Amino acid sequence: MATKDKKNEIIAAPVIEEDESKVRFHTITIDGDKYRTLFTESYKRRKNWEKPNEKKIFSEIPGTIIKIHVTEGQEVNEGDLMIVIEAMKMKNKLIFPIGGVVKKIYISENEKIPKRHLMLELE
Amino acid sequence: MSLKRKILELQMKREKVLQGGGEKAIEKQVAMGKMTARERIITLLDENSFHEYDLFVEHEARDFGMDGKVLHGDGVITGTGTIYGAPICIYAQDFTVAGGSLGLMHARKITKIMDHAMKMRVPIIGINDSGGARIQEGVNSLAGYGEIFYRNTMASGVIPQISVILGPCAGGAVYSPALTDFVFVVENISKMFITGPEVIKTVLGEEISMEDLGGARVHSEITGNAHFYAESEIECFDQVKKLITYIPWNNGQKARPFEAKEPLYSKYKIDEIVPGNPKEPYDVCDVIRAITDGSEFFEIMELWARNIVIGFGRINGETVGFVANQPMYLAGVLDVDSSDKAARFIRYCDAFQIPIVTLVDLPGYLPGVDQEHAGVIRHGAKLLYAYSEANVPKITIILRKAYGGGYIAMNSRHLNADYVFAWPGAEIAVMGPEGAANIIFRKEITEAKDPEKMRKQKVKEYKEKFANPYVAAAKGYVDSVIEPKETRKFLLHGLEVSKNKVDRKPIKKHGIPPF
Repeated sequence: MATKDKKNEIIAAPVIEEDESKVRFHTITIDGDKYRTLFTESYKRRKNWEKPNEKKIFSEIPGTIIKIHVTEGQEVNEGDLMIVIEAMKMKNKLIFPIGGVVKKIYISENEKIPKRHLMLELE
Repeated sequence: MSLKRKILELQMKREKVLQGGGEKAIEKQVAMGKMTARERIITLLDENSFHEYDLFVEHEARDFGMDGKVLHGDGVITGTGTIYGAPICIYAQDFTVAGGSLGLMHARKITKIMDHAMKMRVPIIGINDSGGARIQEGVNSLAGYGEIFYRNTMASGVIPQISVILGPCAGGAVYSPALTDFVFVVENISKMFITGPEVIKTVLGEEISMEDLGGARVHSEITGNAHFYAESEIECFDQVKKLITYIPWNNGQKARPFEAKEPLYSKYKIDEIVPGNPKEPYDVCDVIRAITDGSEFFEIMELWARNIVIGFGRINGETVGFVANQPMYLAGVLDVDSSDKAARFIRYCDAFQIPIVTLVDLPGYLPGVDQEHAGVIRHGAKLLYAYSEANVPKITIILRKAYGGGYIAMNSRHLNADYVFAWPGAEIAVMGPEGAANIIFRKEITEAKDPEKMRKQKVKEYKEKFANPYVAAAKGYVDSVIEPKETRKFLLHGLEVSKNKVDRKPIKKHGIPPF
């Protein structure tokens, strides 16, 4: 239902079955126009995109770290052996995707890590 | 043995099987807040209408100590009955019998009743409550699932298929519901997932509860796997019954007509629902209710992709499928989920001879990296495909904004709509005034002494010239600009004229929709 405001312009009253005091309208911009609206659950949970930082090396599969082949401060080349991770019942050798100096190691041997876990950082 | 004794023997045999998994298992079932399988069927169907078959089916498994083990009905109840007089076939997995696990004979009972439903051309309802495959029966159990999936696919678009998830439905088993038309879930009772919390924890190290992973709320709000959400089994059965009243028994006939009723005009004043300012929200369901018989609207997937509304209503006693942008949520934009939601519903309506009424009020597509990377191109294409392909009567009413690609996608004339009507407040344009003015008059704006003032002026000019229904009406893209209160009248007439619609598609095996 709509009501009229002072300017005699029709504005929408929140037509929500939930407690009205809890309803918070947001603004969404489409092609420069700003619209007053509510957000859906999945929109609220959306992840903001970040440019991948190739110097931060994340795990692509979850598993257990068997061996770390480098130490902090060590200089490495692209293709050098980085770690061995046991995942999906296989021992997987991971190599450095780029070269550089190992700035920090965030994992330790025998540690169980999930997917997308930050393992190493290059300088 | 006299016949009398034989009858007595039958009664005793029946009595035994009807106990299902026995008192203890039933107690457990009740403790979980669940009804038993037989109670569910009886509650859902018309009184005394349920007729059970294959009561005495027994499993043939011999390995792993299954030899000699008695599983009543092999853990599933099958039969026929009626809902408000409509004949249906039904099966319900009995969790009290070996956890409702699916073995060979269990699956055979299901496929048999499915075949029966296909032969009789009546809806099939499956109540799922099962721990999954009966491991002891090995590959036979997998065969059973596969044969169910095959039948689900063959029956798709021929008879309505309804899945009611009233317990666990995990692993491969969950693909049967996914192949059916409508999935019903109940808070705290339904659990659906491919890999459960245990596996996820051991393999991925991620800890999550069953409810958070695949509970009723999750599937109704986040995944879009469920169509109807209820807080109790009773509420769920009411929803199933209501749905049955709106849909036909098969694709060869129309849904049963009801007595025509006028909308509740005093409650839903169609002139006053949509705000004049195109940036202000409102609930589009109120517009639907202002049009339908008795102002009744049966919404589907109410909690998922809420920026588009789909559901059934009746006009002049006959079922109509509604698709409407919902400005209340995300300004009514199209995105991955809303395109997917509407496209499947359109295909449902088309398969079952249900005319489609589309209400348009959207600013376009949802911008964002997440949308682009989630494939809004191919998902959005589903909507174009579904509308273009559908040849049931298709009527569009443009309530307010219809900008850009969104205008085309929402059953425009160009996708072969039968009627396109627009309200006088409609703005049919290539994009919103701000965006359009910024592009068209970029030079004038940047070179002006007071760019902001110039911009405002140009936006105003654009609005006056293009933000209306008459530019589109001048080309015949809109058949008629109508007053809101004339909407029902135009719809009634349009549907009446469309009754013998013939719109033949090119001969092909099948199209290749973007899914």
